[in-house]
Amino acid sequence: MSEPLIRIQGLSRRFDTGGGFLKAPRSMMAVRDVSLDIARGEVLGVVGESGCGKSTLARLVLRLIEPTSGRVRFDGTDLTALKPAALRAARRRMAMVFQDPYSSLDPRYTLAEVLAEPFVVQGQAVTQDRLAAMLAAVGLPPAMLGSHPHQLSGGQRQRVGIARALALSPAFVVLDEPTASLDVSIQAQIIDLLSGLRDRMGLTYLFISHDLGLVRYFCDRIVVMYLGAVVEVLDRADAAPRHPYTRALIDSGFAPDPSRRRAIAPLAGEIPSPFSLPPGCAFAGRCPRASDLCRRDIPALSAGEDHPVACFHPL
Amino acid sequence: MSAVARPAPVRALGRPVGALAGGWLALVILAAVCAPLLTPYAYDVQSLREAYQPASRTHWLGTDEFGRDLLTRLIYGARTSLSVSGIAIFLSVVSGMTLGAAAAWFGGWFDRVVTVAVDLTWSFPEILIALILVAIIGPGTTGTMVAISVAYLAQFTRLTRAQILTLKGETFIEAARSLGASDGHILFRHLLPNALAPVLVSAMLATGDAIILEATLGFFGLGAQPPVPSWGGMMSAGSALVFKAPWIIVFPGLTVAVTVVAINLFGDALIAELDIRNRLQGRP
Repeated sequence: MSEPLIRIQGLSRRFDTGGGFLKAPRSMMAVRDVSLDIARGEVLGVVGESGCGKSTLARLVLRLIEPTSGRVRFDGTDLTALKPAALRAARRRMAMVFQDPYSSLDPRYTLAEVLAEPFVVQGQAVTQDRLAAMLAAVGLPPAMLGSHPHQLSGGQRQRVGIARALALSPAFVVLDEPTASLDVSIQAQIIDLLSGLRDRMGLTYLFISHDLGLVRYFCDRIVVMYLGAVVEVLDRADAAPRHPYTRALIDSGFAPDPSRRRAIAPLAGEIPSPFSLPPGCAFAGRCPRASDLCRRDIPALSAGEDHPVACFHPL
Repeated sequence: MSAVARPAPVRALGRPVGALAGGWLALVILAAVCAPLLTPYAYDVQSLREAYQPASRTHWLGTDEFGRDLLTRLIYGARTSLSVSGIAIFLSVVSGMTLGAAAAWFGGWFDRVVTVAVDLTWSFPEILIALILVAIIGPGTTGTMVAISVAYLAQFTRLTRAQILTLKGETFIEAARSLGASDGHILFRHLLPNALAPVLVSAMLATGDAIILEATLGFFGLGAQPPVPSWGGMMSAGSALVFKAPWIIVFPGLTVAVTVVAINLFGDALIAELDIRNRLQGRP
């Protein structure tokens, strides 16, 4: 097997908040000791509840925020050690599509200016024809180049965001919930567009989502995160879950077929505060299989029978 | 599409109130610029035999206590009043935007120092700050200009800082960063252009206030020194003669009032066209 495109090793990020007059600062680990490989051409999905650190992980991988510890290797280069000039050059080969298509485009820019920006910041020239071709590649008419973002629908804006991300022909694209703010019918179009572009341009995706159904449809492998840590890595999208949390995530999805309607067993208990995690497994308080061991020690992510899982009592 | 093509000030002129206010302002500015072409009289030549004349064919608004044509002095006074308050607000906007943007951009102790200093000056009335500064610098047009620009500095610093802080959190800033944009690119191509519209409208409204402040300082004898006319100075001279020759104080007073109202009405039309009312509150 060849060298993976992305190699994440022991990546952690701590956030300190508060701390003022007569107030002690508090800190939380948004991402805790995450190690992952992303192979060339792969679509790796990351799922988890909001606040589990998946968006922070996405920004750490692109070094949009600095890690507290750990490193990210991109095609053999250690991104975390790069100086600003070298990092700017490295950004030509990686890009990001954002969740909110409404605030991800500067309201004062025309679409031509939005699409030219990647070239401008990298000091490259770009022709009007190239910009029109970029719009056409995401299924928008070139006549839109003079429009402003407020004249577009959410789905159209997200297409522009995708065109901007692909402007410099990157190898790796982080998709941070690219469909979460869109109508379901538009979601399908965007996913279809993304998978077509991946085939055509040989892209590698890191796909962040809270929608397990969507991730199982779109991704080759699935990483499940809970409170900043990876609890399970499903090697195939249809692999049977072994972590009780993954099981619960799958069970809480609604089946579209009414004849297969079943009772949904919601998880008991609340997510613990990330500022004061209990000792042991972070999921123990909500887990039906938890034992004293789970409340005392933190389970490591270990290769189980067929795929890695961080649980003392896997299913 | 067409709504985007025309700039906001032009669209503001399309509104009835905006057209009326804009027309008056254009008239005053034009008169100030072309002053020597519009009047046969000089603003500083005394002719005591003609003193205290009411409005007539030869002197449309009458003459003052030294027999000088009042309309002529009003037009030349527009030069002083408009240029002093205009330049003062321009200086204030430039330094306020720089200070506010730097505070929001760098954050940390620099931001805290700027915020405390700005809030301190914010808690005094502008007239008090201006009076203290003129007392230090000395009366005259330069002193008035500096005093007015410092008096309004806090307003523009606060507004710019709040705008930049809000904009910094927008996703398009992070998107630019993910493409490899430098700090300079983000500041000058995204943050400042987006912060500009509310600051410019607020500067326009502040110019109205500054004209009043300039007139007030002139009334106290701290503005432009005689024989150079300013609207405040003319009202001050007329105040002793309210009953003998009321036109000496009434016409400059009316001019100040109408000009300030016109600036405010035009500013309102501009705000409506730019749709930025909620962004003028100055909150991050």
